[in-house]
Amino acid sequence: MNLRLALLGASGVLMALTLWMVFLWVPTEASLGVSQRIFYFHVPIAMIGLAAFAFVTVGSIGYLWRKTERWDNLAYAAAEVGTLFTTLALVTGILWNRPALELWWTWSPQLTLTLVLWMIYVAYLMLRAYAPKGAQGARYAAVLGILGGIDAPIVYMAAKWWRDVHPGAFVGPLAEEGALEEPMAIAFRVALLTFTFLFTYLFLERYSLRRDEEAVERLWHSHA
Amino acid sequence: MRAYLRPIGAVLWKDLLLEARTKEVVTPVLVFAFLVTVVFNFVFEPSATTVAIVAPGVLWIAFTFAGTLGLNRAFALEKERGGIEGLMLCPVGREQLYLGKMLASFLFILAVELVMLPIFGVLFNLPLFLPWLWLVAVVATLGFSAVGTIFSAMAVNTRAREIMLPVLFFPIVVPVIIAAVEATRAILAGEPYGDFRRWVELTAAFDAVFVVAAAATFEFVLGD
Repeated sequence: MNLRLALLGASGVLMALTLWMVFLWVPTEASLGVSQRIFYFHVPIAMIGLAAFAFVTVGSIGYLWRKTERWDNLAYAAAEVGTLFTTLALVTGILWNRPALELWWTWSPQLTLTLVLWMIYVAYLMLRAYAPKGAQGARYAAVLGILGGIDAPIVYMAAKWWRDVHPGAFVGPLAEEGALEEPMAIAFRVALLTFTFLFTYLFLERYSLRRDEEAVERLWHSHA
Repeated sequence: MRAYLRPIGAVLWKDLLLEARTKEVVTPVLVFAFLVTVVFNFVFEPSATTVAIVAPGVLWIAFTFAGTLGLNRAFALEKERGGIEGLMLCPVGREQLYLGKMLASFLFILAVELVMLPIFGVLFNLPLFLPWLWLVAVVATLGFSAVGTIFSAMAVNTRAREIMLPVLFFPIVVPVIIAAVEATRAILAGEPYGDFRRWVELTAAFDAVFVVAAAATFEFVLGD
């Protein structure tokens, strides 16, 4: 409880700092203009959204191996918060593309991977909702968590090569990402730290809620 | 080695025999693939210039949709008539069951594709004899069946089962679809093998990874 409260407080303070840095402190990027500031939100959110799937995969392997609900809860909580982050990454990506490139969407390898991973996340959550409750549903989800984790690098590879064939489909601002200038790099790192704290907080909150849900379900079954 | 392969052959033979007697997969899936292709002829004006652009996409949309339809049947029959319990009682490894079912689906979809390719060639005024396209069809179909078989076994036990399979299946096979469409585009444009070799290799790598991963996790889908 105290850990989560501390994380919530730290995320709040860091978020205020990030907002100040992004909107007031960091200089405006010369070629992309003011819209580039969404970069400090979009990229960290996308990175964490992708990394969260690694937790889903690890939790899934752990569950199939150990058969303890802890691992399953880890995978489930990471999947839900990961879905939130990937959704935000897609939305901020679209919002950024429009002013920067006059396009809503570009099939850059990063965006393609984010979109495919988002679909896998959605499939994961749908499977949890529609599969039988209990151990069987958890096993199904774990299998998807593992196959999805294996799939992600292959999707990225395919999207990268695909982009070589269709260069017109890709002109993203992340195309040739040069070294960031010093203040921008600092702001980016602070934003990354902030969203890592936020993710960890949301993840732990969801994880503990999941345990409560299970306790309630067990009570329910013991009385029914 | 022989002792290991024999049960796989037995499961495969069972499915082939069942299909020969019921004709529930290949014929309906073939008709469906044909209908999709015909509908696409009306959606795009089939002039020489548009065909070069849309034909690979049309072909693989028809094959993926038809493939999902066929894969849906892979375990529907087992579920309806309790066949899966019988299979699970056999003194056979779970991965052998998987490989047998997977090879059966592979052959069914491949049969549909081999009939569809010349029909497709006729409808779109393309060459009828394209051996490289058969190779692409084989590697891509193996990838479809590797992923589709395990998801089909999950989907039959979920609510909304016919919808669950594509939701699980499509995001994971995105690399195969990209690779197959790109390779087909190159083949129809008359490019040499070297130009699309990497797509074939990517798909082959996908096949190898997912056959192993799905075979290893299949026991968790079947349960005890």
